[in-house]
Amino acid sequence: MLNETTAAPKTNAWNHRHLLDVDDFTPEEFEIVFSTADAMSEILSRPIKKVPALRGQTVVNLFYENSTRTRASFEIAAKNLSADVLNVTSTASSITKGESLIDTLKTLEALGANIIVMRHNFSGAPYLAAKHSKASIINAGDGWHAHPTQALLDLYTIRKHKGSLAGLKATIVGDVRHSRVAHSNIWGMTKLGMEVTLCGPPTLLPYGLDNPGANFPKVRVENQVEKAVANADVVMALRLQRERQQSGLLPSVREYVERYQITSERLKKAAKDVLVMHPGPVNEDIELATESAYGEKSVINEQVSNGVAIRMAILYLLSGRQGEL
Amino acid sequence: MKNFLIKGGRLVDPAQGIDGKFDIAMADGKVSWIGAGEPPKNDYTVIDATNLTVTPGFIDLHTHLRQPGFEEKETISTGTAAAARGGFTTICSMPNTNPAVDNRATVDYVKCVASREAVVRVLPIGCISKGRRGETLAELGEMAGAGVIGFSDDGSPVPGARLMKQAMEYAAGLNLPIIDHCEEPSLAEGGQINEGIVATRLGLAGIPNAAEETMIARDIALAKLTGARLHLCHISSKGSIDLIRAAKTGGLKLTAEVTPHHLTLTEERCLGYDTNAKVNPPLRTYADIEALIGALLDGTIDAIATDHAPHTENDKCCEFALAPFGISGLETAFGSLMKLVHSGKMPLPLIVEKLTAGPARVLGNGFETAGSLKVGNPADLVISDPAAEWIVETAKFASKGKNSPLAGEKLKGKVIVTIYNGNIVHEEDIR
Repeated sequence: MLNETTAAPKTNAWNHRHLLDVDDFTPEEFEIVFSTADAMSEILSRPIKKVPALRGQTVVNLFYENSTRTRASFEIAAKNLSADVLNVTSTASSITKGESLIDTLKTLEALGANIIVMRHNFSGAPYLAAKHSKASIINAGDGWHAHPTQALLDLYTIRKHKGSLAGLKATIVGDVRHSRVAHSNIWGMTKLGMEVTLCGPPTLLPYGLDNPGANFPKVRVENQVEKAVANADVVMALRLQRERQQSGLLPSVREYVERYQITSERLKKAAKDVLVMHPGPVNEDIELATESAYGEKSVINEQVSNGVAIRMAILYLLSGRQGEL
Repeated sequence: MKNFLIKGGRLVDPAQGIDGKFDIAMADGKVSWIGAGEPPKNDYTVIDATNLTVTPGFIDLHTHLRQPGFEEKETISTGTAAAARGGFTTICSMPNTNPAVDNRATVDYVKCVASREAVVRVLPIGCISKGRRGETLAELGEMAGAGVIGFSDDGSPVPGARLMKQAMEYAAGLNLPIIDHCEEPSLAEGGQINEGIVATRLGLAGIPNAAEETMIARDIALAKLTGARLHLCHISSKGSIDLIRAAKTGGLKLTAEVTPHHLTLTEERCLGYDTNAKVNPPLRTYADIEALIGALLDGTIDAIATDHAPHTENDKCCEFALAPFGISGLETAFGSLMKLVHSGKMPLPLIVEKLTAGPARVLGNGFETAGSLKVGNPADLVISDPAAEWIVETAKFASKGKNSPLAGEKLKGKVIVTIYNGNIVHEEDIR
C-alpha cells in the first residue's frame, strides 16, 4: 500500500493495539517504529507526500488540552496516509456539558473512529480510554505522565544523527517533575542503552529517584547544570511553565535563568557534537539562550519534522494495515 | 430468638485471655456458658464449629454508611448487611453525610433508621465542626446527649489548631474522644497517591507522609495541653508510628487505628491507574507496612478499623484524578488480615484482639461488653474459617460499594456465621 519503492519494515514483533507509553516497549519495537518512520520520511521527501495506506480509516484527534504542534502533526500525518480526520476539542463539544470521557469515546466509536489520538490534562486518561474503547488509542500527552510520540521522535532524531543510541549520554534540564516528555524520554533513552542525567531546581525534580531501582535504571540527578551537561551527547531543555513560580516551586524566573538556562558557554562542557533539543514551544532566553535554541547544535526544527514521520509510522502500525503490504 | 450451642471450635476471646477448644452457649441473646463438657440444660440449636474459630463479634471504629444524603453509595441497611457479612457486630458510623451529623436531629435520624433497618449495632459519631467546615464547633454537648461515641470531621482534617484545641477542651468535659483524620491540607492539596516513585511513574501528584505526620504532631501537642482523649484515624506511615509510640510513653489518652488495606497493600496497587486503590491516606510502601505491623505487635496501635468507604461504579469509573478516595472494606477485612496470619507476621489472637477488645477499649464508656464473650455479655459472635479459600467477587458484596482493589483476588480466611444479639445475621451458603 505504501508503494513498491518504499522498504516495508518487518512488523512481526509489533503487538500493540494502543500506544499509551513507551515503558513497555522492547528495543526491537523501538526499531520497528524507527524503520517504519524511515519509510515515512522517504514519502515526506517526495513532491506529493500522500499514500493510500489508511484510506477508509477514520482518525479522531480528541484534545482535552490546547495544542498546536502535536495536533497539527497528527493531522498532517493522518492525511498523508489518506485517513479521514476528525478534530474534537473539549471546548467545542459536549465535554463542556459534562459528558464523561467514556461516553465521548462511545460516541466517537459509533461514528466510526478507528484510531483516537488523545490528549488529556489528567494522567492516565488514555489508559481508561483503552479499557473502554474498541478503537486504538494513541496517547498524545496525558497530564504529567507520558508523551510517547514525542519521545519516539526525540529518539528518532538522535538516532538519525548518532546512528546508535547505546552508550550515549543525555542530560534533561528543567521541570522534570511535571514533564510528560521527560518521563517518556527517560524510559525510551534508558531502554535503548543511554545514560540520563536529570537537572533542575529540586522542587521540579521527580520523587523517588534517589532509589530508582528497576523503575528508572541508568538515571542520576545532578543539581549543578555545568556538571550535568559535562560530556553530554544530548542536552534536552524542557519548557518552563511560568505558573510554577506562582505556585511557590520557584523563587523567580530570573533565578531559574541564571542557574539552569542552557547557554553556549555551558554547552562548551558538553561533547563537541552535542545535540540541543527541546519539545517546544521554546520560551526563548528562559530555558534556552537564543543562540543555543537556533545555533548549529540545535535540532529543534528537525524534531518537528521528524514528528510527522514518527506519527505516520505509529498510525500505520496501529492501523493493522501492514499485513497488506 | 434461638438459643445456640457452638461446639468444637477454637474459642479466641482476648479480653478474657481465652484461646482454646471450648464450647459456648448463648441464651436469650446473651452469652450463658463457656466450657467443656455438658452445658446448662436448654433447648439449643447446635452449631458444629470443628476446625473453625469462634470469637467475639468484630467492632469497626470507622465505617461510612453514607445515609443520609448519599444513599446511592450505601444505606444503613446495606452497610450493616455488609458489616454482618464481614463479621462486624458493632460499627461506628462517620458523620460525613449530607446533611452532616453535626446536631442532635441528625444523630436521632441515624439512630432511628438504624433501629428499624440495621442488622448490627450502629454507634454514631458526631462532627467536630458545623457542616465539617472547620470553622465553628458543632453542638458537641447535645450530640453527646443523643448518644454519639465521639467527634470527628473525618474525610477532612480540622485545619485550624485553635478550633481543634477548643474541640478537645470541650470534648474532654464530655469524656468523649476527638477522632481525627490527620492530614495537613496544604501538603496534601491536589495529591492523588503516595508521594514517591510510583507517583513519579504515573505522573500523579503525591501526598507525602509528612502531611499525616505534621498533623499528628500538632494534635498530640494539643492533647497534652487539654488532657483530651484523642483517637487517630487510619494511620499509614512509619513516621506517624514513631510519633504515636513516643507520645504514648508520656501517658496521654491517645489511641490509634490502622486499616486492613494499609496493612496489606502498597502504593504499587495504583499502577495501571486502578481507581479502586485510590484511598486517603494513600497506600504507602513496604517499609510503612512493616512499621504498622510492628505497632500492632507492641500495642502502639490499638485497633484495626476498616474505613469502609463505599462508592458507586460510576464514581470510580473515571480518570484517576476525578475518582473519589475510598475502598469498600467491610467484607474483605478478615480475609485480608488473615494474609498476615498465614504469612507468619501476626498471630491470629492478636488480629482478633485488634478487632474486638482493642476497639472496645477505645470506645470505653460501657461499650467494653461488645468486645468480649464474657458470660452475661450480649451474644455478639463470629465463627470463621481461617483456612477457607475464596475469590473476592464484588458483585456478591452486600454493600452497594463494589470498589475493592481485591476484586478477583483469592483470599484465605472467611467469616462463616455472624451472630448479633443472639440472632444469626449472616450465614455462608456453604454451611
